[in-house]
Amino acid sequence: MTTPVLQVNNLSTSFFTDDGEVKAVRNVSFELFAGETLGIVGESGCGKSVTVMSLLGLVQRPGRIVSGEVLFHDRDLVKLDHEHLRQIRGRDIAMIFQDPLSSLNPVLRVGYQIDEAMHAHDKVPREQVVARGLDLLRQVRVPDAARRVKDYPHQFSGGMRQRAMIAMGLSNRPEILIADEPTTALDVTVQAQILELLRDLNQETGTSIILITHNLGVVAGLCERVIVMYAGEIVEEGPVQRIFDSPQHPYTWSLLRSLPRINADRRERLRSIEGLPPDLIAPPPGCKFHPRCPFRIEKCFDVDPKLEIVGPGQQAACWVTMERAYAEMGARDIIDTRPGAASGIHPPGYKPLIAEGRLLEAPATEEGELVGGD
Amino acid sequence: MATAVVPATQDYAGGVLAREQMSLWRDGWRRLRRNKLALAAVFYLVFLVATAIVSFFWTPYKPNFIGACETYASPSGAHPFGCDELGRDSLSRLMVGTQVSLAVGLGTALIVLSFGVTLGLVAGYLRGAVDAVISLVINIFYGIPGLLVALILYIRIGAGLFTIIIAISATIWMDMARLVRGQTLSIREREFIEAARASGARAGKILFGHVFPNALGPIIVQATFVIPIAILTAAFLSFLGVGVPPPTADWGGMASEGLQAIRLQPWIALIPSFALSLTLLAFNFFGDGLRDAFDPRQRR
Repeated sequence: MTTPVLQVNNLSTSFFTDDGEVKAVRNVSFELFAGETLGIVGESGCGKSVTVMSLLGLVQRPGRIVSGEVLFHDRDLVKLDHEHLRQIRGRDIAMIFQDPLSSLNPVLRVGYQIDEAMHAHDKVPREQVVARGLDLLRQVRVPDAARRVKDYPHQFSGGMRQRAMIAMGLSNRPEILIADEPTTALDVTVQAQILELLRDLNQETGTSIILITHNLGVVAGLCERVIVMYAGEIVEEGPVQRIFDSPQHPYTWSLLRSLPRINADRRERLRSIEGLPPDLIAPPPGCKFHPRCPFRIEKCFDVDPKLEIVGPGQQAACWVTMERAYAEMGARDIIDTRPGAASGIHPPGYKPLIAEGRLLEAPATEEGELVGGD
Repeated sequence: MATAVVPATQDYAGGVLAREQMSLWRDGWRRLRRNKLALAAVFYLVFLVATAIVSFFWTPYKPNFIGACETYASPSGAHPFGCDELGRDSLSRLMVGTQVSLAVGLGTALIVLSFGVTLGLVAGYLRGAVDAVISLVINIFYGIPGLLVALILYIRIGAGLFTIIIAISATIWMDMARLVRGQTLSIREREFIEAARASGARAGKILFGHVFPNALGPIIVQATFVIPIAILTAAFLSFLGVGVPPPTADWGGMASEGLQAIRLQPWIALIPSFALSLTLLAFNFFGDGLRDAFDPRQRR
């Protein structure tokens, strides 16, 4: 295989708050190849955004990259000084954000802002900037672009603003475009258009795309490879087809399971994952997902699993993996997905989490006692 | 631009006729016009500026010509505002006095803008140690009595317009710096700043190209309040005798000279005082109007 455009090795980023060190990203390693579309998924607060912000050195105080390296064409971006990093931002690696209205400066014309992105770097010759700005707006299919360049952001609709942001991101012909939840603030039909646009641009320009989202449908539609993050760590990684067909980490499995299905029984409740992501100041010992995992075993409580190969191009960090969960714990037919429900393993003094919208009585349980699915 | 009538031959996209763009300025001006007091103030200020310009080239009499008429002459057809204790024409001196007032007002506003805005932007954007130092300097300047600065400069540099402008600027730039710092602190957290940084914009560009335009409304309003304060302070300094040196005509000095004859011919002191009050009032109404016009909550 060719060498990756971007290689991230053991990246850790923490926020040093008054309450303690928030370990937002821990030991994240991945690579991105030329022309590839990579999805990063996970719940809110699991470190997706901080990971990509760290790539470009955009994490602000009290946040700081603690360790690791980000190799972009063999240059370590973590060690780069301000000015060199600035030259890479927007020029080689561009970024678009979640809310296209707040990402555009409200008092400046849209066309001006696109041109400005080009002026920040001298990649596009000065005399071509205005013409290219207009071209880009046409390329991202903003109707009547010639007149629209003179508009202010508030005169654009949500979808058009995101198109303008994409135009701005592409203006310097970057090698990598990072899209941080680009469709979250848009309605579904516009989402589809934006994703289609990103797909086309990826194919036409060969720009690699890193797409951050908590929407697995978006990943399925656009990405070739997926990284699943939980509590600041990568828990599973693999080709999109593998991840969807045969997820190996219980977290990935739970995420996929909680997707609403159009062909599901209408009386069926929407499935969710019990509980909340852990506190990143004092994360649980062992596997970070064990407090919410229906398939946990005793090892999960105190030994942190590492990423291991579980299939072709697929890695997961789990002591059990879904393969075993299917074979030994009846995961296929499981209804009760409360923590430990399938394996029946609970720590001493375990209190079940909220289920079915009410707090269950907390029976005092002995270690390893079987509570079983009631 | 204004598309009142679109000829049938000309094609235009979309069903809506190109509506005029409501830029920040346009919107502000539209709302300023609704405020009658502010509008009157605008007219007065335009008149004031015109007077200042005209007085450069023409006044009814030479403003410093002693003996244009009788000492302490009452207002008459030839001398509508009468004459002062040296027989100089009061109207001519009042007109020329406009120059000093406006020069002090605008000069101070300019210095306060350049210093206050820059320091405020830098403090708010960089935060940390830089902010701590700038904030400390601001607080120290708040502790220095303005009159003291004026007197020290008067002694060290000597009397003159420049001295006055520096002295007043040194005592009132802090409000602007504080305002801009606060604005910057809030604007820097907005996502478009993040986006600008992610697109590789330089720090200077972010400050003056992105933060500054977003704080422009409050900055302009603050600047219009600086002007009347400066004019009043300058007049006060002249009144005390540490202002613009005679014989240059300025309103504070005229009021001071007129004071000697306040029982005999009160208008000599009252006319410049009245002009001063009216000017202050106009700037304040204008500033108030601007504040309302740029306040997004007022937007209709």
